[in-house]
Amino acid sequence: MDTGDTAWLLVSTALVMLMTPGLALFYGGMVRRKNLISTLMMSFSILALVGVLWIVFGYTLGFGPDIGGFIGNFHFFGMNNVGEAPSDVYATTVPHLIFMMFQGMFAIITVALITGAVVERIKFSALMVFAVAWLALIYGPISHWVWGGGWLAQLGVLDFAGGTVVHINAGVSALALVLLLGARKGFKKETMEPNNIPMVLIGASLLWFGWFGFNAGSALGSNGLAAEAFVTTNTAAAMAALTWILLSWRQRRPTLLGAATGAVVGLVAITPAAGYVTPLAAIAIGAIAACASYFAMNWRSKRNFDDSLDVFACHGVGGIVGALATGLFATVAVNAAGFDGLFHGNAMQLGKQALGVLATGGFALIGTLVIGKIIDKTMGLRVTEVEEVVGLDLSQHGERAYGGIK
Amino acid sequence: MKKIEAIIREERLDAVKKALEEIGLIGMTVTEVSGRGQQKGIPLQWRVGEYRVDFLPKLKIEIICHDDDCNAAVDAIMKSAKTGRIGDGKIFVLPVEAAYRIRTAETGEAVV
Repeated sequence: MDTGDTAWLLVSTALVMLMTPGLALFYGGMVRRKNLISTLMMSFSILALVGVLWIVFGYTLGFGPDIGGFIGNFHFFGMNNVGEAPSDVYATTVPHLIFMMFQGMFAIITVALITGAVVERIKFSALMVFAVAWLALIYGPISHWVWGGGWLAQLGVLDFAGGTVVHINAGVSALALVLLLGARKGFKKETMEPNNIPMVLIGASLLWFGWFGFNAGSALGSNGLAAEAFVTTNTAAAMAALTWILLSWRQRRPTLLGAATGAVVGLVAITPAAGYVTPLAAIAIGAIAACASYFAMNWRSKRNFDDSLDVFACHGVGGIVGALATGLFATVAVNAAGFDGLFHGNAMQLGKQALGVLATGGFALIGTLVIGKIIDKTMGLRVTEVEEVVGLDLSQHGERAYGGIK
Repeated sequence: MKKIEAIIREERLDAVKKALEEIGLIGMTVTEVSGRGQQKGIPLQWRVGEYRVDFLPKLKIEIICHDDDCNAAVDAIMKSAKTGRIGDGKIFVLPVEAAYRIRTAETGEAVV
């Protein structure tokens, strides 16, 4: 046991927790005012729901002893065999409980990320049921494949802090739900003006802040690697925000909404690479990811495909860029526990990263379509037209963000 | 008695207020309104690309005045609210049937 490592993991876990309410504000500011409460509520209730489920069965499915490289067994069910002593396998210098909780915060935000694609039209009850099923059937296996000693880990696929497990997984699942739900009423016909862009900035800033726990915490120790990941994280976010500002000048003027989006995309893309690449590589990754997401969003916005807050363009595309970039820029000079990438003479790593992207994306897409379809056929995924027009704040929660007459 | 309803640019409020004060008209009600005229809204930007906002924010000033003061008031608003660019607004004059002051129960011209 190492007290320095333990202290840092406790802090990191708390930092990652803050990202979910941050995400709520990031998303909340972008929706119309009649759906603000509903959007905030989605992230916050997932914080509560997955916060409980992770203890009961989530952790053991992801990190329990391996079953065929696919999923964990029930050895850690209900925190059985998880205690104050370190794990033999994971983060061996800190209490097993805090490693478990650190991973729990990742699971929470991953589920919450998906909601950005379905805001303003999904039924709250259906979303909660979806979250339970998705955590067990999609997040459980994929986190096991990459981090729990599953088949992708055995192959040597690198994912430092969740580019594959968190961002590609959430981004592609978001895409699947949009396919089932369809576009919002009035999409492309009515003006859907964001209700509060300063709120978006507060959210994005909390995400950026929390991301230091997400990435630097993933070093699982208070050490040089944590410092390395901290620097690459900040650098990529800064470069991506800057790139987005420059890109949006092409279309008239730079916007705050664009700058905040760029920062988040940079954070997404550096996540799998954070502890394997140099700060200069982080600059390249930030710039490439911002361009890729920007053009993906442009492409998407011209089509009749209503991923409301562009979860796929931000997290899916950003995650894919990051996963592949890890295969390009990774170097054992930064992290001896990793591998070299293509630019350091190991072309195989890029192939492995691509396989990780395809396996995760394919599984998340098909799995989420099946779960979503079953929920749609049984309880219904979408609110009624009247409820949608009135807004989800009133129809789903009987609350509104701003009171009436002062 | 007449009621003057003027839809003006937000940034011209101070000038209009001053011009009306100069001809002795102090009382007014100002409301934030949104609407559109011939230019049909403005484009705003999203993360990528832009979207159109149909209704622009304006201010509506309501003034009740004696018949004799009406022309001067319209004239004052016309001059002080004008920038010459599209979107300067409009002025409407309506007849007022009756007026009451709640505090004293006065009625008619005495109220204004």
